[in-house]
Amino acid sequence: MKSKAKNEMKLVIPSNSANESFARTAVAAFMAQLDPTIEEMTDVKTAISEAVTNCIVHAYRDTIGTIWIEARIYDDGRICISVKDKGCGIPDVAKAREPLFTTGGSERAGLGFAVMESFTDKLRVRSAVGKGTTVTMEKRIAQRYRHDG
Amino acid sequence: MSVTFERKSDTLIALLSGEIDHHTAAEFRESIDREAEMLRPGLLVLDFGGIGFMDSSGIGLIMGRYKNAAAYGGSVRVINAPPMIERMMKLAGIGRLDVL
Ligand SMILES: Nc1ncnc2c1ncn2[C@@H]1O[C@H](COP(=O)(O)OP(=O)(O)OP(=O)(O)O)[C@@H](O)[C@H]1O
Ligand SMILES: [Mg+2]
Repeated sequence: MKSKAKNEMKLVIPSNSANESFARTAVAAFMAQLDPTIEEMTDVKTAISEAVTNCIVHAYRDTIGTIWIEARIYDDGRICISVKDKGCGIPDVAKAREPLFTTGGSERAGLGFAVMESFTDKLRVRSAVGKGTTVTMEKRIAQRYRHDG
Repeated sequence: MSVTFERKSDTLIALLSGEIDHHTAAEFRESIDREAEMLRPGLLVLDFGGIGFMDSSGIGLIMGRYKNAAAYGGSVRVINAPPMIERMMKLAGIGRLDVL
């Protein structure tokens, strides 16, 4: 059964590279409500940075487009985040998700999807060529006993 | 972000500080390449001691400098590597990159 989100946020930004740090910092600030560890926070920040960068670098390669980011937190400590673009889309998602696969040239490692996959608990990628891509990630934040809680 | 350079005979040390993402990687890259192109050091040392955050753009930054240096016969080494570098290298299936 799906539980109801206890809080949510939406962020709509143009694909300027200066927004990479803004986006990951904004999601991290929202996520602070789950009282994550530094490590959990870093994992999510890194995964968001990868997803948003892909919109900027690949989806809207020669143009500036809109990026939609949504995050929801749940009572059981999960955070679900989606990052959506209406850019060029990915012809072969399975291929794109392989570590080291890149269409980005010598300055890209081809590790973005591998990072999103291993730094979160669940990664789903939906894409259609010419329509865009939506990446959804989920991570469970360990609920720790708090004296003030 | 900022880069500070130090030169010791044939070695160029670039002390990087700030956060590395695709946006700042471009600035890091330009400033390192400008200096390295001028000096063509036998060894380029990238000191990650001042890096508080990096995504995979940090690995791209290292790989790009590695290729550039190799083109003129130089080499690259990373020092004070944050754990994130090793974590990402593992994902790439590269046990250890020889720059570490
Ligand atoms: N939002 C997107 N729109 C279009 N293509 C994408 C998108 N995200 C990823 N891709 C494609 O999938 C490939 C793999 O993405 P991934 O993030 O794993 O590596 P990269 O971005 O190429 O390199 P890195 O993330 O290490 O800098 C990209 O090279 C690109 O071809
Ligand atoms: Mg990427």
